[in-house]
Amino acid sequence: MNILKSLIASAVVATGLGTVASAEIKLGLDSSNYEPFYSRSASGEWTGWEIEIGEAICAAMNEECTWVPIAWDGIIPALTSKKIDLIFGSMSITDERKKTIDFSDKYYFTASALVAAKNVKIESEADLAGKNIGVQVSSTHGNYVNVHFADISNIKVYQDFNEHNFDLVAGRVDAVLADSLALSPFLASADGAGFEVKMTFKDDAIFGIGVGAGIRKEDTELLAKVNAAIAQIRADGTYDEISAKYFDFDIYGGE
Amino acid sequence: MAFISNTIQLFYEWGPNFLRGTMATLQIALGSYLLGIFIGTCGAVGKIYGGRSLRFSLKIYTTVIRGVPELVLILLIYYAGSSLINLALEGVGLNPININGVAAGVIVIGVVQGAYQTEVIRGALVAIPKHETDAGIAFGMSRFKVFRRISFPAMLPLALPGMANLWMICTKETALLAVVGFEELALVTKQAAGKSRMFLEAFTIAMVIYLCITLASNVVFKLIEKRTTRGHPKLDGS
Amino acid sequence: MVWDWLPTYASRFVDGFWVTIQLFSMSLFFGFMLAIPIGLVQVTGPKWLGLIARGYCTLFRGTPLLIQLWLLYYGLGSIFPHFPALRESMFWPILVAAFPYAVVAFTLSVAAYEGHVMAGAFRSVPKNELEAGRAFGMSRFSLLRRIWLPRALQNVLPTLAGEAVLTLKSVPLASTITVFGVYGVGTLVRQDTFLVYEPLLFVAFIYLCLTGILVYLFGWLERRVPSESMK
Repeated sequence: MNILKSLIASAVVATGLGTVASAEIKLGLDSSNYEPFYSRSASGEWTGWEIEIGEAICAAMNEECTWVPIAWDGIIPALTSKKIDLIFGSMSITDERKKTIDFSDKYYFTASALVAAKNVKIESEADLAGKNIGVQVSSTHGNYVNVHFADISNIKVYQDFNEHNFDLVAGRVDAVLADSLALSPFLASADGAGFEVKMTFKDDAIFGIGVGAGIRKEDTELLAKVNAAIAQIRADGTYDEISAKYFDFDIYGGE
Repeated sequence: MAFISNTIQLFYEWGPNFLRGTMATLQIALGSYLLGIFIGTCGAVGKIYGGRSLRFSLKIYTTVIRGVPELVLILLIYYAGSSLINLALEGVGLNPININGVAAGVIVIGVVQGAYQTEVIRGALVAIPKHETDAGIAFGMSRFKVFRRISFPAMLPLALPGMANLWMICTKETALLAVVGFEELALVTKQAAGKSRMFLEAFTIAMVIYLCITLASNVVFKLIEKRTTRGHPKLDGS
Repeated sequence: MVWDWLPTYASRFVDGFWVTIQLFSMSLFFGFMLAIPIGLVQVTGPKWLGLIARGYCTLFRGTPLLIQLWLLYYGLGSIFPHFPALRESMFWPILVAAFPYAVVAFTLSVAAYEGHVMAGAFRSVPKNELEAGRAFGMSRFSLLRRIWLPRALQNVLPTLAGEAVLTLKSVPLASTITVFGVYGVGTLVRQDTFLVYEPLLFVAFIYLCLTGILVYLFGWLERRVPSESMK
């Protein structure tokens, strides 16, 4: 049996298939850019607020971490099938998701914002009747529009955040519902100049109480470590130091 | 025109990323193509010489892979594949392994290619005149020796058009991995497009790169064809 | 395995099914219509037109359909903001919806693959049959319609069947530009229920059935065609 074991192991490693699972923690994030939280720079590294916070948390836990990009609509299955150990891609903590996975304590809070062209009148939910609304797949924003606007508006589901913004500029959708913080760089850019936030939504059940790191239900030890690390970087000022580089307000969103 | 200057600027800025993506694409394509040939050879031999149950299971394999969309297959193999491997390893008492991105892509596309290669290689093997293999057996060669020294070399020129076609399909199939999140050329292009907002320019660059890969592959396969069919009678009588 | 989501999503799957069928049949039909001139011109000439057709086939066969789809949808979309007048035109509803882009992209791809096949097919029809038709005084269009095209099709029907199957299997790609067929609805189920395998297996099963039906239909067509190899 020992010979068989070593044969299999050497065969697998020899084919360059992989390495024996190291102590490295794999952090999963969306394979598309999600500024200002995380994006690929032109030279190829991952940069952004969430990247720095993630590295700080790993440092506080004394662990080695790697970033693994996964298509957003498959990120929870990737976690449950052990391709990654943590979801660190601005995933909101919701009860629906809690049925399948666990979350760490929140590490930031953000509201959901509806953005449309400046010359379009949208002041109440009724104004959305007959409009095209763009959302990202597998997002809380998608869930919200499905629950509230599916009957009156035409909902278009996109693979990632940048695509629905692009179609907003192109005019294919009249409005998009997404994370207000992620929308800020877009609104500040040249493309987003003609658009503004029309409404924000708050619904704890659908949007959740904040963003946390997704983790498998059975990894209670890792969960405790992550929570301790989050508390530590908030206490020793690392969190504020990193956040100051990107935001001029408190992203944590109170207790 | 602004388009041309934008394209050049985009290529210059994001060059390293595009290079990275192209390398990943080529690595995955090559790896999975070879894996496909390996699976295809085993499958073809199994379909010709194997027993009833082996032939039946191979028929299921090729039918399913050829009847189900590649995107669905890629997702299924991606999730099921690593779970199975890890399950097998845990069953033997070993630690689960991390399958790195390129290897996973290779396995996923390789399994799909394997089904198509099985049919191509099988068709080529069946077309070899029986007297050639009979001669080998008459000389006392073992079945394996006959395969290695007679059947395999003889079937290569017959299978070449089909295999060349499958290589083209293979390189383009790697683009589907973008939907799963693998960072090959298609995904890198989408990332560059999203960040720079220059969608038209970015996808044009991708089209050009893929076209170059295709044209280069055409040249290579023409050379291989020339070599494997040397000595064969040509259509124009030379 | 968990299948209790099926009843809830049944109606959406039916909608997705129709989207899949529509996208597939429209692309196949228009693609084939386009493929005939593309293939023909490579055989009859003029030479420069034939070269353009060949270049078209090489371009679309040598690049992934996914990139072509994105290039068409997002590439064209990036031009829209520069022409605000477009929004008032009557074309706007078509330009806004994603389905037409999917049809166009798939049509162009089908036309390239089938055009390449048809070029070989047209070339393979024995010249004497065409000459006999001309001797009877047939116009060029009649010749094409009654002799050249049918004879060319006879030879390549199996290949065209293969191309049709590949087109059907490409439909899931359209979900990346928000055209949701059976596969697209499957992704919605996956995102709502977080199930990994069941929705994918269901989609795979539906496609297996569709492919089987398609292969059967083409087989029926092949049997109806008189062929020299029939005993």
